[in-house]
Amino acid sequence: MNLKSETLSKIDEVITHYPVKRSAMLPLLHLIQEDVGYIPEEAMTWIAEKLELQPINVYEVVTFYPMFRRKPIGRRHIKVCRTLSCALLGGYKTCATFEQEFKTQRGEVSPDGEVTIEFVECLASCGTAPVVLIDDDLHEKVDVAKAKQLAAQIKEKAIRKVASSG
Amino acid sequence: MSAPEQNRLIFQHIDESGYTNDLACYVRHGGYEILKKAVTRPPAELIDEVKKSGLRGRGGAGFPCGVKWGLVDRKSGKPIYLIVNADESEPGTFKDRYIIHQDPHQLLEGTMISCFANNVKQAYIYIRGEMPHGARILEKAIQEARDAGFVGQNILGTGYSCDIFVHRGAGAYICGEETGLIESLEGKRAYPRIKPPYFPAVLGLYQCPTIVNNVETLCHVKTIADIGGEAYSKIGTPGNTGTRIFCVSGHVQKPGYYEFEAGKITMGQLLYDVCGGPLPGRTFKAVIPGGSSAKILRFGERFKGKSRAGVEYDWGVEDVPMDFDSLAMIGTMGGSGGVIVMDDSVNMVEALANINAFYSHESCGQCTPCREGSLWMKKITSRMVHDGARPEDAGLLKSVADQIPGRTICAFGEACSWPTQSFLAKFDDEFKTYHEAKADDKPAEAVELI
Ligand SMILES: Cc1cc2nc3c(=O)[nH]c(=O)nc-3n(C[C@H](O)[C@H](O)[C@H](O)COP(=O)(O)O)c2cc1C
Ligand code: SF4
Ligand code: FES
Repeated sequence: MNLKSETLSKIDEVITHYPVKRSAMLPLLHLIQEDVGYIPEEAMTWIAEKLELQPINVYEVVTFYPMFRRKPIGRRHIKVCRTLSCALLGGYKTCATFEQEFKTQRGEVSPDGEVTIEFVECLASCGTAPVVLIDDDLHEKVDVAKAKQLAAQIKEKAIRKVASSG
Repeated sequence: MSAPEQNRLIFQHIDESGYTNDLACYVRHGGYEILKKAVTRPPAELIDEVKKSGLRGRGGAGFPCGVKWGLVDRKSGKPIYLIVNADESEPGTFKDRYIIHQDPHQLLEGTMISCFANNVKQAYIYIRGEMPHGARILEKAIQEARDAGFVGQNILGTGYSCDIFVHRGAGAYICGEETGLIESLEGKRAYPRIKPPYFPAVLGLYQCPTIVNNVETLCHVKTIADIGGEAYSKIGTPGNTGTRIFCVSGHVQKPGYYEFEAGKITMGQLLYDVCGGPLPGRTFKAVIPGGSSAKILRFGERFKGKSRAGVEYDWGVEDVPMDFDSLAMIGTMGGSGGVIVMDDSVNMVEALANINAFYSHESCGQCTPCREGSLWMKKITSRMVHDGARPEDAGLLKSVADQIPGRTICAFGEACSWPTQSFLAKFDDEFKTYHEAKADDKPAEAVELI
């Protein structure tokens, strides 16, 4: 495993939070996913060794929790709330707008590699429906117009990044 | 009758301009003074105050907090753990989010008082994975509180020590169920445990006695330690003490969170006077009063009966007082306080299809009736919407839903079947005629729900 030294030290620290090492499972998976972008196979063996478990113990956890993924995704992760309160105020249209803007479908990486769009369940912000989580940031009252605006911002940022690195 | 004033005990500082989530601001507003006093009192006295207060859990079940604390096994010699349930994932519920983001020290103070009262040496805050900022805010707040001597070693020089760590979930609703949460915190799949024998108060985290309380519940404990159980019990109504935070979403003019004394406001006052009524040109059709698992109410239906105290009632949906007992009397529940409103643009088959998709996605899969039942309820309702409904679908749905409750390990079994059962009971006509419905019958405002 090739992890940043910062990740490694966070891993060692978080294990001390629990009297039983196995409890550090979700924290370790989060830290590795933040570092690598997903949970590769070798990470599961690595965690198993670190926590003195069998790889299956890690695998069964990774496959249970929706937030962990075993494949890379787009550079930005767009999670649109699908559940009732958001749907009542147009959440499905919000999601379709993002899909159109990035010429992609839910669950896939967009052709430009920029985003992965997903439906998720209630994000506990139903009073400001429809809501969308883009990476770590919650966006509220995302109607079609706001979805277009957010998509434009993501695209613009991507272009600026290419320009500054080129 | 117009609505009473809000009584913001817990949301006192939410959205207050200039109020920030750091320790200095909290202390400026009198923060941690209650903890300072609490740690000078005998712990048993604090538990008594909570018992006297009548406080009922705000996570969904409404179980008396003092009774829960009284069940903790204190003789085993094992350490006692406290877990703050910050998984907030019942659809329609959005109150803990604001406490965590805007007033985290209120939660920490309530947590530390509860830990001291129960001789807890280690607490965890289990926060849902989709609140990364919330987790960071809590971590920072804990560090500030540690540095100031409110959390950690030798709290306020009393010799009492207790630390708090934040533990992030990873997108599974079932982690909100307390025994699923415990399994998850142990690093496993969140498979709820069977009760008996696995009552958290006896065999919880690491098989040790464990208290699991909701974020809001622990904030109420802080208030109780401040004003005393007796005084707290006078807020609200007997049996439903204190304030309740209602999270109103869906088809109202002013969705949002509102804190009122329990039982002192009716559904009608809440939806019309406080939330501004239905959207222009529409009328209310249905409301789910306590998170998506609660049974739906149909505007226009009437509820008649006698309360436990022998008082006769004859209520429309608008007349129902918003408290645990009144909502239970009319066959639904106050649950987590999530009030989801639907107007007459909504087709009930489609709304149910949306809810069923949630439950089939979230079933942990341990129990056959829940895993298969939630999946088939979803498949049937989705097929009704997308691939043609049949006259016999209503009966089929009912037979699936009726075979789940009472046959599962955890209360998710009830939670996933109640929507189907209640939608069918209240809107039978819509289910029976859905196969005849035409697309152009739909109002212009109708949106895709599945
Ligand atoms: C399927 C299911 C989901 C639940 N989700 C939550 C939740 O997200 N947050 C919460 O506080 N309680 C939730 N609960 C209730 C908890 O099991 C538990 O009763 C509660 O955390 C106890 O705290 P309280 O007594 O302070 O309410 C859920 C229960 C079930 C059956
Ligand atoms: S009732 Fe459903 S969620 Fe609960 S343990 Fe059984 S399968 Fe899992
Ligand atoms: S339904 Fe979307 S945040 Fe709750």
